[in-house]
Amino acid sequence: MELWDLYLALFVSFFKIGLFGFGGGYAMLPLIQHEIVDHHQWISVSDFTDIVAISQTTPGPIAFNSATYIGYSAVTEMGFASVYGVIGSAICTFAVSIPSLILMTIVTAFFFRLKDNLWIQSALSVLKPAIIGLIASAALMLITPYNFIDYKSWIIFGAVLVASLRKADPILLIFLSGVIGLLLY
Amino acid sequence: MIPLIRNEVVNKKGWLGDEEFMDMLAIAQSMPGPIALNTALFVGNKRLGFKGSLFSGAGVILPSFIVILLIAMVFTQFKDNPVVERIFKGIRPAVVALIVAPLLSLGKSAGVKWKNLWIPVVVALAVWQLHISPVYIVLAAILLGIFYLIYLKKRVNK
Repeated sequence: MELWDLYLALFVSFFKIGLFGFGGGYAMLPLIQHEIVDHHQWISVSDFTDIVAISQTTPGPIAFNSATYIGYSAVTEMGFASVYGVIGSAICTFAVSIPSLILMTIVTAFFFRLKDNLWIQSALSVLKPAIIGLIASAALMLITPYNFIDYKSWIIFGAVLVASLRKADPILLIFLSGVIGLLLY
Repeated sequence: MIPLIRNEVVNKKGWLGDEEFMDMLAIAQSMPGPIALNTALFVGNKRLGFKGSLFSGAGVILPSFIVILLIAMVFTQFKDNPVVERIFKGIRPAVVALIVAPLLSLGKSAGVKWKNLWIPVVVALAVWQLHISPVYIVLAAILLGIFYLIYLKKRVNK
């Protein structure tokens, strides 16, 4: 694929992610996965999971992190030089932010009229529970044979789930799981 | 991240009042896109108009952009290294567990009850098993909410 076609496709995908990514954070994952793993196949499920892991251990929003990472890796993996990857990275990060910029500019102008608007409240009454379903689907879509290779994977899953429900620090849990992976495999 | 934003915007800089911050947060969370970005854009716009939101937006994007770009440049080199691969074999199930863990409390705060539990269940199955794009899910949810209001209004008028 030509470089410019790739840039355009990346831009469109991440603009879409920014525009339809309601709920922030994990709720945006199935949309990102649908676009870049299933549809365009720019990266594999396990690579995508690794990006989520990196996002869980670094402070920034997951949508930015995926945009920045995939912009770079999709371009360089097509055989283009690293500098074009940096440009791809900037394009994706920019693309994912534009819908927010446009919408928030409009919303700020009408702020107090929108706040108690019955139509918006009503749309949100279905959208909010739907977002919980999206987060659940993000988890389900990541349960693949590449990510869960054997019973040991499920033991790690169970242990981290229990520890996290007891408010253990996610960064510590990722770190410990990495150490366990190194020891077990 | 939200307590951090609140401390900076309300307590330290006094850009927004406490109540204004809570209202703004509700809006930022109901708009698409990362909540941190939406918050930054709102505050920037409030203080300096559109120009202000460009600066506050850049401010919230740049740190993670630089960090993740560096990680991407390094990580794409070492991704296939056997040691790195072993580490990530342990990490991947943990990633999924960290997504599952907050579901219950998030569900509660999103107002999921027995009555509307079907919504998240149908959504999760549709995206996971039928590979329906979340774009359509979001559009359908918004339309459903609006139709429900129209239905309620008609019933009241009768």
